[in-house]
Amino acid sequence: MMELIHLAVPVLLKGLWVTAALTFVSVLIGSNLGLGLALMRLSSNRLLSGFAKYYSNVFRGTPLLVQIFLFYYGLGQLPLIKDNAALWWVISDGARCAVLALALNTAAYTSEILRGGLMSVPVGLVEAAQACGMSRTLRFRRIEFPLAIRQALPAYGNELILVVKGTSLASTITVLEITGYAKRLMSQTFAIFEIFAIAGVLYLVINLLLIAIIRSIERFLMRHETSSRRVAAAPSSAAS
Amino acid sequence: MEFGLWQVWEAGWVPAILRGASITILVGLVSMAAGLVIGIVCGLIKWARIFPLSLLVDAYTSLVRGVPELLIIYLLFFSSVEFVTRVVTAFGYAGVAESGYAFVIAVIAIGAISGAYSTEVVRGALGAIPNGHIEAARALGLPGGRIFRRIIAPQMLRIAVPGINNVWQTTIKDTALVSVVGLQELMRISFIGANSTRHPFIFYLIAAVVYLLITLASQAGFDGIERLLRLRTRK
Repeated sequence: MMELIHLAVPVLLKGLWVTAALTFVSVLIGSNLGLGLALMRLSSNRLLSGFAKYYSNVFRGTPLLVQIFLFYYGLGQLPLIKDNAALWWVISDGARCAVLALALNTAAYTSEILRGGLMSVPVGLVEAAQACGMSRTLRFRRIEFPLAIRQALPAYGNELILVVKGTSLASTITVLEITGYAKRLMSQTFAIFEIFAIAGVLYLVINLLLIAIIRSIERFLMRHETSSRRVAAAPSSAAS
Repeated sequence: MEFGLWQVWEAGWVPAILRGASITILVGLVSMAAGLVIGIVCGLIKWARIFPLSLLVDAYTSLVRGVPELLIIYLLFFSSVEFVTRVVTAFGYAGVAESGYAFVIAVIAIGAISGAYSTEVVRGALGAIPNGHIEAARALGLPGGRIFRRIIAPQMLRIAVPGINNVWQTTIKDTALVSVVGLQELMRISFIGANSTRHPFIFYLIAAVVYLLITLASQAGFDGIERLLRLRTRK
């Protein structure tokens, strides 16, 4: 048993960094794309909102595995991509391709979450900002986005965990991250349950860490509301 | 060589893809049914906080929802492979059980995953039932079984429909993952097609379209169910 831990833990920790890197880069790209898509979806331009709607339906309606395979194996066939050096650079490597698929996939889910948040911003507040003469971008930066992100944060935390779990699919296109190493170790050592337990603990640690980060951001954003909320919540809970 | 939809049709891939799609739907439906049974039992345990069992359910849902689906499938597949081959060869059926075996593993894995998500949905729906309804039923002297059948279950099912819809959509997409253990469902067929013809783009594109059609159709179905249930409630 100790031997196995000595053998498996360093290997899986190596995978942990790959998983963390895949998650970080995909979330970085995906959150920005998602914000853009959410804004497109809410714009009055029919073309923009239509594109964002179809984009999110297509990416949320197909399995991530299909998207990863389509990008990794499929796109390389198209002459358009073969001849473009930059696109070929992205497609030719498993890790870069996985990041591309994960980022585009999480962008679709993020756009839905942010759209919900933006739609929950009371119209009166936006009108008040307009009446104060705020420009469109200032209004978005100071009023709409901060309120929307407070609303959307808990759901976005769940989405982050889905991205962490999604990085495991990168192992199907030759990227060795936690799941990839775990599979290899399982077939080498036959200590299937032990390897699963160690890999599972690593994933649970990442997820708990992410939840803790999201919670602390939430507490930071809501810092001025905690006391008033508690007062507002008390009578209603007493009534029920 | 030009290779398009016509060549896919001519080479006889369309029936194979349709067969794969029907296996995908079958795995999805059976797993979802198993998941719902798990979800209702575990959701009730979690909601009623039945002490030692609720700890087990908590461990199950947080483990399954926090660990990648692929890792769970590997665990079930690799750990059972040896066991099953030993049993099967002992009875002299080596090779016969191959195809059915992958299906069983797929259903167990996907069912366990969808069960964990269903548990949370059921628990949330149970929590949304006003406490007064159950107290009123108890005050009228209804026995526990009838309170569940007449008061809790109908309300819970109605509230849970949107959540069940989400779980179903995730479940049908998760079935693509069992292709890694060799079950000949839609994703596996596309993989075989892509490799044998060396035209992966068209095969994975077809797979994506078929999955999209399945999810769009089930979305429409659930919209219909929600509309049907809404008619029966008072405004």
